[in-house]
Amino acid sequence: MACSPQHQNRLTLPIVKVRELSAREIRQALRGPGLRLATGPFRCSMRSDIAEVGPELARLYAEHELVDDNAFVDFYVSVTSSGGLRRWIRPQALFNVDEVAPFTPLPRTQAVAMLEWGLNWCVTAYCHHTLVLHAASVARAGRAMILPAPPGSGKSTLCAALVHRGWRLLSDELTLVDYDGSRLAGTTRPVNLKNESIDVIARFAPEAVLSRPMHDTSKGTVALMAPPPQSVRAAAEPVAPAWVVLPRWRAGAPARLTPLEPGAAFMQLAENAMNYHLLGALGFESLGRLIDRCEAWQFEYGDLDEAIATLDALERGTA
Amino acid sequence: MSALLIDVMKQPSRVRGLTPAQWDLLVRQARHANLLGRLHELLAQAGLIDAVLPQALVHLRSAGVMSGRQHVSVRFEVGKLRDTLRGLSTPLVLLKGAAYVAAGLPAALGRVFADVDILVPRSELSDAESALLLTGWISAVTDTYDQRYYREWMHELPAMRHMERGTALDVHHTILPPTARLHPDPALLFAAAVDLPDLPGVRVLAPPDMVLHSATHLFFDGENDNLLRDLSDLDLLLRHFAALPGFWPDLVARARALDLSVPLRLALRHTRGVLDTPVPDEVFAEVDAGRAQPLLDFIYTRMLQPAHSSAADSLTPLARRLLYLRGHWQRMPPPMLARHLLHKALFPPKVPHMPLPHAQEAAGQP
Repeated sequence: MACSPQHQNRLTLPIVKVRELSAREIRQALRGPGLRLATGPFRCSMRSDIAEVGPELARLYAEHELVDDNAFVDFYVSVTSSGGLRRWIRPQALFNVDEVAPFTPLPRTQAVAMLEWGLNWCVTAYCHHTLVLHAASVARAGRAMILPAPPGSGKSTLCAALVHRGWRLLSDELTLVDYDGSRLAGTTRPVNLKNESIDVIARFAPEAVLSRPMHDTSKGTVALMAPPPQSVRAAAEPVAPAWVVLPRWRAGAPARLTPLEPGAAFMQLAENAMNYHLLGALGFESLGRLIDRCEAWQFEYGDLDEAIATLDALERGTA
Repeated sequence: MSALLIDVMKQPSRVRGLTPAQWDLLVRQARHANLLGRLHELLAQAGLIDAVLPQALVHLRSAGVMSGRQHVSVRFEVGKLRDTLRGLSTPLVLLKGAAYVAAGLPAALGRVFADVDILVPRSELSDAESALLLTGWISAVTDTYDQRYYREWMHELPAMRHMERGTALDVHHTILPPTARLHPDPALLFAAAVDLPDLPGVRVLAPPDMVLHSATHLFFDGENDNLLRDLSDLDLLLRHFAALPGFWPDLVARARALDLSVPLRLALRHTRGVLDTPVPDEVFAEVDAGRAQPLLDFIYTRMLQPAHSSAADSLTPLARRLLYLRGHWQRMPPPMLARHLLHKALFPPKVPHMPLPHAQEAAGQP
C-alpha cells in the first residue's frame, strides 16, 4: 500500500524556523497569507502591513517553528496601519483577531507590543478549556515554578532573569493549568519588560535579545525580550507544577523565602486566575488540585543574582 | 453558497473526515456566528466528540464551558428578578434565551447570552423599573436622545445593567415597537403564557407564541448581530414543538391572531431553506412560504450565514446595509426614520469597549 505523493511530501516536510526565512519572505508572509508559527500549545497566524513589525518579529521569534499551510491555527491576528489621514498624522495601529477588533487603536510605534497584548487577549477570551492564571512560570527538569503577582512586583524581571540562568521560560504573563492540576503550559512568547527592567535585564544578561523600546504605552516604556532558544526548543516537553512563589522586589532587601499556608496560596492564585469565576466549581476544584501539588512560598528579594541562587537552591531541595 | 458550519449543523456526522484546515474554518465560522458552544453540544449529543480534531476540541470545550457558566448565571438572575418583581400583578414572563434555559428547551443548547429579556405589562412598566432600580439595576444608556428614543418609540426600556454583577437586562412591554407596521397585542401573549413547573412565579410564552416571537425578533427587530444563531434557535424550537399535538395549525392560527403571519412566513421559508427544518408541506404552502421575494431573498441568503469573510461574497456588505435600513423601516414611519438616521449620522455612537474587563489588564490596555 503506497501513500499518495502529497501525503509523503507532508510527512517529510522539514521543520523550518523563523530565523531561516529571509527578511523578504517574512515581509511577504506578513503582508500575505500570514506568518504562521507554533507558540507552546497554540498556533498563531500573524499579519501586518507595518514595515517595522517584520524585523522585530524576526528577532523575537527567531527560534519558533513555522507550521504548514494545512494546519489548524488557533489565533489569526493582525496589526495594520489605520487608513485615511491617520496614515500620515499621528499614525495608528489597529489590532484584529480574525476580523474582529477587540481594542481601540494605539500609536503605530507600539504595533509589536499590541500584537503581543492581543495574543494574550486571545488566550484570556478563548481558552476556558484550561485554568488561565495571570502569572509568570518557569521550569527546570520537568518541574514548574508559578510566579503569580500583581504588576509592579517584579515578576516579569525575575522571570526574564531566571530564563537566562538555566530555567526554561513558559510564560511571563499567562500560565495554563489543566483542570486536574497535573500539567502546566505556557505560550513561550516574548517577555514584556517595563521601564527600569529593560536596562536591568540588558545589563544582567547581555545575550538577551530585546526589541526596540516602545515609549508612552499604557505601561510606560516597554521592550519585548525574545524567549531564550533553549526554552523555545523545549516548548513541547510537558511540565508538572511544583512551586508557587509570590515574588516581591524591595530595594536592598536580602533574598528571603517564607512559607505560605496552602489556604493563603489558594487565595493568591484565585485572585490571579483569569477565568476562576467563569469556571465555577471546576475552577475551585482545579485550583485545589494545583495547590495540593505545590510548595508555596513568599519571596522577597533585592538583588537578581542572589534571588536566582535562592530559587536554584529551592529547586535542588536545599532551601 | 453554503458555509461549512451550516452543513455540519444540518448533518453533524459530516465532521468525520474533516481535514485540519476544514476544522480551522469550522471553528472560525462557529465563533463568528456565536454558535461555537452550540456546535460543541450538538456534536456531544450526536456522540461525535471523538471525531473532533484535538486542537479544535479545546476551542469547542472552551465555548461549552462559557455557555454552561452563562446558564448558571441566567438561572440565578431569573430567581432574583422573580423576587424583585413579586409586587406586580402578573408573574414574571421570560423571553428568548432566558426562557429557553429556564424551560429547559433544546433551544438552550450551548446558547450564549448578551442579556436577559423579560416582558412586563405596559401599565406596570414604571413600577417594574422602580423595583429594579431598588435592587441595583441601573440604566446603561446615558445619552438623553437614546433615553427618549427608547421611552417614546420603543417596545422596551433603555437597557439596564446590574451594578454589581454586570448582567444586562432588557425590559420589554411588547415584542415590537408601537411605531412598527405590525401590531401584535401583548395582552394575548400574557394571557397564554405558561407556568414553569420547576420555577413557581415564572412564566414563558406559549409554544406558538415563543416561535412567533423568535421569528419576529429575527426578521423584524433590526438587531443583526446573531442572525444565524437566531435561525438555529427557531429551528430547534420548531423541531421540538412539532411533537405537540395540533402544533402546526395552532401556529398558523396564532400568527393570524397576533398579526404575525409575515414573520412566520419568513421563518418557515428560511429555516427550511438554510437548516432543512422539517416543516409539513401543507403548512409551508398555507403560509405561502414558497413565494420568492427577490429583495428579501437577496438579503437573507447572505445574512443568514456565519459573519465571517469565508461565508461572504462581494454583495454581502450591500445586503448588510439593506438589512439595516429594512430593520429601521419596519420599526418607524418615514419621518421618524429620517430624523433618527440624521441624529445617528450627526452624533455617531462611541467606539465600543473591550468585551472582557479582566482581559484588558492582561492585555495591558488602559
